[in-house]
Amino acid sequence: MKRYAKARTKWVGVALVALALIALPFALAAAGTAWVRIANLAILFAFLALGLNIVVGFAGLLDLGYIAFYAVGAYAYALLASPHFNLHLPFWAILPIGALVACVFGVLLGAPTLKLRGDYLAIVTLGFGEIVRIFLNNLSQPVNITNGPQGIARIDPFSFGAFNFSRNETIAGLAFSGPIKYYYLLLALLLLAILVNLRLQHSRIGRAWEAIREDEIAARAMGINTTAIKLLAFAMGASFGGIAGGMFAAIQGFISPESFVLVESVMVLSMVVLGGMGNVWGVVLGAVLLTFVPELLRDWVQPVQQSLFGRTIVEPEVIRMLLFGLALVLMMLYRPAGLLPSAIRKRELTKEE
Amino acid sequence: MKQALLECAGLDKRFGGVLALAEVGFSIGRGEIYGLIGPNGAGKTTLFNTLTGIYACDAGGFTFAGAPLAGLRPDQIAARGIARTFQNIRLFGNLSALDNVMIGRHVRTRAGVFGAILRTRTTLAEEAAIEKRALELLAYVGIAARANDVARQLPYGDQRRLEIARALATEPKLLALDEPAAGMNATETLELKRLLERVRADGTTILLIEHDMKLVMGLCDRVLVLDYGRKIAEGPPREVQRDPRVIAAYLGGAATP
Repeated sequence: MKRYAKARTKWVGVALVALALIALPFALAAAGTAWVRIANLAILFAFLALGLNIVVGFAGLLDLGYIAFYAVGAYAYALLASPHFNLHLPFWAILPIGALVACVFGVLLGAPTLKLRGDYLAIVTLGFGEIVRIFLNNLSQPVNITNGPQGIARIDPFSFGAFNFSRNETIAGLAFSGPIKYYYLLLALLLLAILVNLRLQHSRIGRAWEAIREDEIAARAMGINTTAIKLLAFAMGASFGGIAGGMFAAIQGFISPESFVLVESVMVLSMVVLGGMGNVWGVVLGAVLLTFVPELLRDWVQPVQQSLFGRTIVEPEVIRMLLFGLALVLMMLYRPAGLLPSAIRKRELTKEE
Repeated sequence: MKQALLECAGLDKRFGGVLALAEVGFSIGRGEIYGLIGPNGAGKTTLFNTLTGIYACDAGGFTFAGAPLAGLRPDQIAARGIARTFQNIRLFGNLSALDNVMIGRHVRTRAGVFGAILRTRTTLAEEAAIEKRALELLAYVGIAARANDVARQLPYGDQRRLEIARALATEPKLLALDEPAAGMNATETLELKRLLERVRADGTTILLIEHDMKLVMGLCDRVLVLDYGRKIAEGPPREVQRDPRVIAAYLGGAATP
């Protein structure tokens, strides 16, 4: 009886969350379409962070150049669906291509760094991220591939035949703006990503990643091919990045190397760490918080100062970084395993004896 | 002697100028419990590490079940059927006891990424079988009640048992144990002895490094004595015990005959 009631409470909870998620974009649209765009960005970052979570959270490989895969995916999409090469492939064909290309780059990064650990791996991956960005910046001559710092514009939005995701439409009396339509698509893809993450975590592969993170020598002695399993983590993480990059390109309609700087890698990593490395829900929470809070601050910092002092003393951008830094320091002091820590990570960070 | 499972011939291992193992040779028959003893620093653990592919040897090598092990990676050696435990316990400390043993099943199972994501019927069946086998093995070594406990929080003796269960999960033909009784009291050691006898009776050959001489004498069919990386004696425990070179090595006597 009790168990039945418990299961029912759970389903009621799931239904409520689902309803809230469905209604959310309309509520946000009431506050301004900009907020719907921010929600979309949050989902995109959550997707990206879930990919990084495979590498950092599950396999324990610190990757500071993760944004490179996002860049590769974005450029793959931009080159195959824009006037730049006059190619206009459909998005459902390009996203897998982007994932595959990013996956190849993941293996390219993974293969030479397999023997590195901790700080050394972080440095090499950081360099990799920069290399990719610099290539994108300079591959405009002798043959113009990436259009250099100018970036690629007029990228095709997602569309299914006549159904175009960027156009405004009225369906059943409700106004669906472009961002709202993207919201549902992104949400569906995010749910898929969460499912993939959870299933991987609780599988033979997920356990092998855990084993490597815990003790690589013991893992090898137990018959785990650490080379293959680590490469798999890099490849899986990179594929996620590639898909997220493709979606980013389509939604923005314009990309340039400037979107893929080191700070972006650091932001995604912060989302994973802040939320709770290795915990899928924590990572999603981290991404949502780190996307929304800065935007809220941007909205409030100036008006609050105006009303208090009659003028702007500190620029919103400065306050943002200040608070961000403070938040990270407090996190490291009081919740080192993240807001929603994974049980295992929590144990790792509590001291024995 | 029964048919040899593991043969080792002319094994050399150098660390810089130090010869850690010099021309070591021996042979272990199927179903034997073979002891490896010697003073600290004699090269016992180095021998384990070369056997399991963690170190590459400089000369000579091992033949296991008729095939050479030279050049294989540790995971390939585990796949051939050699599992080991570690002197300074190397469990996956933050995972549950059950997870530790389930990881041991990795090498005998197949599910890949797509199986895991799609949760195919094959994968689900395999997962269920992995868990079932892991629980059986925990019961086999006598820590079934600890299945959901965090490995590093288990009592010392249970950690040793868990390491054995994890090694057995890889279905080894040869189980290599590095000081399994270290830090155990008399009762625990006796229980360990019974466990190892059962493992042998169930068809697994055992190679054992141990300092507890009572355990070695009571358990091993034959022992090999190493000193400064060289084999100084081999044979049934009672004989080896009386060997003057062995006594000299253990008592630190300079009088090697």
